Amino acid sequence: MTQRAIRFWHRGKIVEVSGVSPQRTVLQWLREDQHCTGTKEGCGEGDCGACTVVLGSRDDDAPGGLRLEAVNSCIQLIPTLDGKALFSVEDVKQPNGTLHPVQQAMVECHGSQCGFCTPGFIMSLWAHYENKYEKRDAAPTREQITDTLSGNLCRCTGYRPIIDAAQAAWQKPCVKMSRAPVRTALDELAALPALEYADGNSVNSQTFFAPRSTSELAEIYSARPAARILAGSTDIGLWVTKQLRELGDIIYVGAASDFAQITTNDEWIEIGAGVSLTDAFAALTADEPQWTELAERFASVPIRNAGTLGGNVANGSPIGDSMPALIVLGTQVVLQKGERIREMPLEDLYLGYQKSAMEQGEFVRALRVPCRDPKAMFRTWKISKRRDQDISAVCAAFALTLDVAGTVTTARIAFGGMAATPKRAAAAEAALTGRILSDESICDAMRALASEYQPLADMRASAAYRMQVAQNLLWRLWLDYSSSDVLRVHDVTAEVTA
Amino acid sequence: MNAVEPKISAPQEKAVGLSITHESAALHVSGAASYIDDLLEMQGTLHAAFGMSTCAHGRILSLNLDAVRMAAGVVSVLTAQDIPGLNDCGPIIHDDPILADGLVQFYGQPIFIVFAESHDAARRAARLAKIEYEALPALLTTAEAVAAESWVLPPVDMHKGDAEAALAAAPLRLKGHARHGGQEHFYLEGQIAYALPRDQDTMHVHSSTQHPTEMQHMVAHMLGWHSHQVSVECRRMGGGFGGKESQSAQIACAAALGVWKTGRPVKLRLDRDDDMTFTGKRHDFDFEWEAGFDQEGRILGLRLQMASRCGFSADLSGPVNDRALCHIDNCYYLDAVAVRSLRCKTHTVSNTAFRGFGGPQGMFAIEYIIDDIARHLGRDPLDVRCLNLYGDSAGDMRVMTPYGAKVEDNVAPAMIEELAASSDYATRRAAIIAFNKTSPVIKRGIALTPLKFGISFNATLYNQAGAVVHVYSDGTVLVSHGGTEMGQGLYTKIQQVVAHELGLSIGTVRLSSTDTSRVPNTSATAASSGADLNGKAAQAAAIKIKQRLTALFAQRHGVPADSVVFADDCVHSGSVRVSFAELVIEAYRARVQLWDSGFYSTPKIHWNKETLQGKPFFYYAYGASCSEVAIDTLTGESKVLRVDILHDVGKSLNPAIDIGQIEGGFIQGMGWLTTEELWFRPEGAQLGRNMTHAPSTYKIPAASDCPPVMNVRLFDNANVEETIHKSKAVGEPPLMLAFSVFFALRDACSAARGSVAPLQAPATAEAILRAIGDMSENTATGRLG
Repeated sequence: MTQRAIRFWHRGKIVEVSGVSPQRTVLQWLREDQHCTGTKEGCGEGDCGACTVVLGSRDDDAPGGLRLEAVNSCIQLIPTLDGKALFSVEDVKQPNGTLHPVQQAMVECHGSQCGFCTPGFIMSLWAHYENKYEKRDAAPTREQITDTLSGNLCRCTGYRPIIDAAQAAWQKPCVKMSRAPVRTALDELAALPALEYADGNSVNSQTFFAPRSTSELAEIYSARPAARILAGSTDIGLWVTKQLRELGDIIYVGAASDFAQITTNDEWIEIGAGVSLTDAFAALTADEPQWTELAERFASVPIRNAGTLGGNVANGSPIGDSMPALIVLGTQVVLQKGERIREMPLEDLYLGYQKSAMEQGEFVRALRVPCRDPKAMFRTWKISKRRDQDISAVCAAFALTLDVAGTVTTARIAFGGMAATPKRAAAAEAALTGRILSDESICDAMRALASEYQPLADMRASAAYRMQVAQNLLWRLWLDYSSSDVLRVHDVTAEVTA
Repeated sequence: MNAVEPKISAPQEKAVGLSITHESAALHVSGAASYIDDLLEMQGTLHAAFGMSTCAHGRILSLNLDAVRMAAGVVSVLTAQDIPGLNDCGPIIHDDPILADGLVQFYGQPIFIVFAESHDAARRAARLAKIEYEALPALLTTAEAVAAESWVLPPVDMHKGDAEAALAAAPLRLKGHARHGGQEHFYLEGQIAYALPRDQDTMHVHSSTQHPTEMQHMVAHMLGWHSHQVSVECRRMGGGFGGKESQSAQIACAAALGVWKTGRPVKLRLDRDDDMTFTGKRHDFDFEWEAGFDQEGRILGLRLQMASRCGFSADLSGPVNDRALCHIDNCYYLDAVAVRSLRCKTHTVSNTAFRGFGGPQGMFAIEYIIDDIARHLGRDPLDVRCLNLYGDSAGDMRVMTPYGAKVEDNVAPAMIEELAASSDYATRRAAIIAFNKTSPVIKRGIALTPLKFGISFNATLYNQAGAVVHVYSDGTVLVSHGGTEMGQGLYTKIQQVVAHELGLSIGTVRLSSTDTSRVPNTSATAASSGADLNGKAAQAAAIKIKQRLTALFAQRHGVPADSVVFADDCVHSGSVRVSFAELVIEAYRARVQLWDSGFYSTPKIHWNKETLQGKPFFYYAYGASCSEVAIDTLTGESKVLRVDILHDVGKSLNPAIDIGQIEGGFIQGMGWLTTEELWFRPEGAQLGRNMTHAPSTYKIPAASDCPPVMNVRLFDNANVEETIHKSKAVGEPPLMLAFSVFFALRDACSAARGSVAPLQAPATAEAILRAIGDMSENTATGRLG
């Protein structure tokens, strides 16, 4: 590899960026280097959405061959844009200067008050409009809109006028971006060699690599085992913006196309470690609808667009939301170091708080999630203060198989938020295995939980609450199995609606 | 900068009362509205960052800033010792250092400021300090402060009648306690100031502030300068909510100090985590009370103690607590009441103004008390609320507030009646009770709560405003006034008022930024008073110009002055019609003054802060809301299913903007009472550190939390007082509409518990589960014995 400038599409042309730190964020570049100040910084950690931009990437399955996704520019590093297209709020107006339907609808519906969050909302709505608009009078549902906006906070309006605007935009004459010139430009960029980038002036020379294949990735990592593997930047981005850490050499996995593949056979769905959470959850949910609620509530749309399932797993946070479910489903994690590939049950990856079984220079290559077992009962539930874009107090997952008599033949139970790692509940599993699933055996499993977890108390929840909820979710599992009652508030509607 | 003008060209006969879009809406949606961080930076601009304490309470033994000074890009590092004038940014009492001097009083308190070539360099350098502390005992909670009698201001008592005698004579008595949390403002635009040197020892400061005049004073005092050396400007804020009333001072002062020291422009933009760590929040309150009442629930006597966590300094805690005192009645007549208000000093961030300014806190107490009484008696809480309302007829005796003012505009009874009917309250409540009998896991609840909020600053002197209206010789109009725009639509309303007065289309009237060099001695844009005060001042200025133009027109065309009408961008009398622009140029040539100032001071009000008696409020704004919720008794998760709101804005200046305030206030209040929880580390190495210092840990409502059914209507009313076009203030009151959510949750929790649920705010999932009770037979874990 030879070093070259970062190249991407911005404001109607290919731009070249060099001489800036590889750790410079897209937001810093926009605001400070380009004076494109429409995009705002609200929090610097991908939680408020004021910085939302839309990234375009080559995708033959997407309309016009261009995939458009909202992401948080405050935690994306500028070299990750190489080969992509960057759209910010300045791009949304029509070429003749009139407002785009989502902008016009926001004005007419009084969807902005202080206006600071508004550009971010516009970008989320614009991406959604570009991706989903088909015809007038087919406006998105309220749920589709609130999901689209799950990563955008507004403190002024209370959201109602924004939700109205999102629907009203659909009633206006269609305005869509011309994607062909962008795709053509991205094809041009794709012909460039893989990116190896350094700013050329930093004292601690720091290089950013964006290999185009898993084998290249493995090779670079073998040569530089101290390098930092970067995927969606939804956690590492905060090391930069909040902890002000120097990352050293960075190996970005987002350009390795074979790293982002989903392949399926009779036994498993293999999800490459570069697959975004959006795509991973789409595949998982298609196979097993019980993933749906977690998939909707996992972070926000822009975080799911950027973040990867492999990253969530490799990061190994005790409150990572995907792992309990993956663990109970019997997921195998595929690890690679140089040319060596090995796999292990996911739960064996976690040795202790932020300690994993991965060796230096080893990386998560893929996850093999067993296909849905029609005989098994799988559930995963997340409990947090807020429905969307929140970190779990407790995240639970259950996979039980029962025989015709109702006896539990296998029980796999795991929790996040209850220990230093995502952890299986061996005692609770034992309390159920071989017994008829009943209120009695469930109560025993609930008691068993108390013996195997000593949860933490922090700003998200007390230890007692975590334990009580973990136990109660076992009870919910029982009710879900044995009754037809509505069990979750999210499914409830008003008693008598006007 | 591509400026986009809202294109509203159709002449409006009446600009007031229309749902005109926000004057900056087209800019907002295209990213072209400039906030301070978007302004083009001047050459040589430095960026600043604070270094903060890592100790909740302690003496600084040593402060080693060598590494900070030597860090890349650092130009200057300043401490308290470098401040030439007053090291204080306290708005009332001088107990609020800009930089801690020897003593730190909360975890995260600013100690020094770094000025560097970039924002990033300043932040990096600020973390390199080596500071040693001698730790002192830290009081973190209200309870600890009460036990230690630790106050930022002395306790205050308010009395009406003989509460003790009334309690003793009451047929029924009930004691109780309640608590609610604080609240982070979470304005989307963090605190920022950009200070620019100007010649002859003067300075111009762009400050994201609700109170430019106070920023001017603070900067001048800090530098030992006079007011005429400092000008402060704010075009718009990305949200304020009270958090940029006094809290913007520390930021403005720090930037100004850097300009004074280095002679270069200085921008200080707080990182979100720093902002949430060391800028003040809503006061959390603890209440203890005893109420005496009759069999129906009519309150006869009340003794109430309310203790607020003020933090380490007084800031605005005095007036916040005074307003809390003046709102413990809400809509209810209290015949005999004794309230003790404790203003607790704790080693936490100094709490401050937040939408409602103590009002929500005081009202929370009385709503909780009434809810308790109703549940104790087994009555529908709405019936007990109605029973206790102030009288609404002229001859009614039940009109005197605990602070000696009469309630003369009471529309609460009518509003409750209307809302109870339109929301189908009684039918739904019965359906919910039936539902709860058969639903083991999900329980529902419903509540209908009213609100009454006093409009005017408690301190009479702040109830004044000025404005300047320029009519330029081409017939266009520029208005400057003392109010600030934080998204609430004040500029739009002022634009409407002036356009209306001069008969102009909206686009002809423009608002300038708010600048202390254009209108001096302004009050904070606070207390919901922005449009009331500045609207009247701008109207007064416009009227003066209009009168001169009328006289000229009457004279030129030989028509009586009282026949002259300004409308449709023209001036008319009968069949004579001249365009406004033509008349203006004619006036200019005739040497008629085409600009003027206006001034307004609220009439009728007076307040004795020693006796806590008087008429502090010009009038009251009212509202009522009905919320239905569901809770999950296994996890404590909740959802607001439907809300119906009826709110009183008098005759609305702009219904769309007013509804925006109502809905936004409601959701913000809902956040305060549900998911927004501040958590300070209670022990260990980081004792007292606010761990909820970012949106990842502090959860304001998101789009999916907006109730799926939300029916909001304006109550058909006109202000009985002569306010601007008979409108009423709208900024703060709607926040308190959210009480219905909290009390609906309590209703659901009580249904789950089978008895009165001691739910406290914020009603997080954990608080809800705790209120239901672990040991109840109705809960899953209760079965474990």
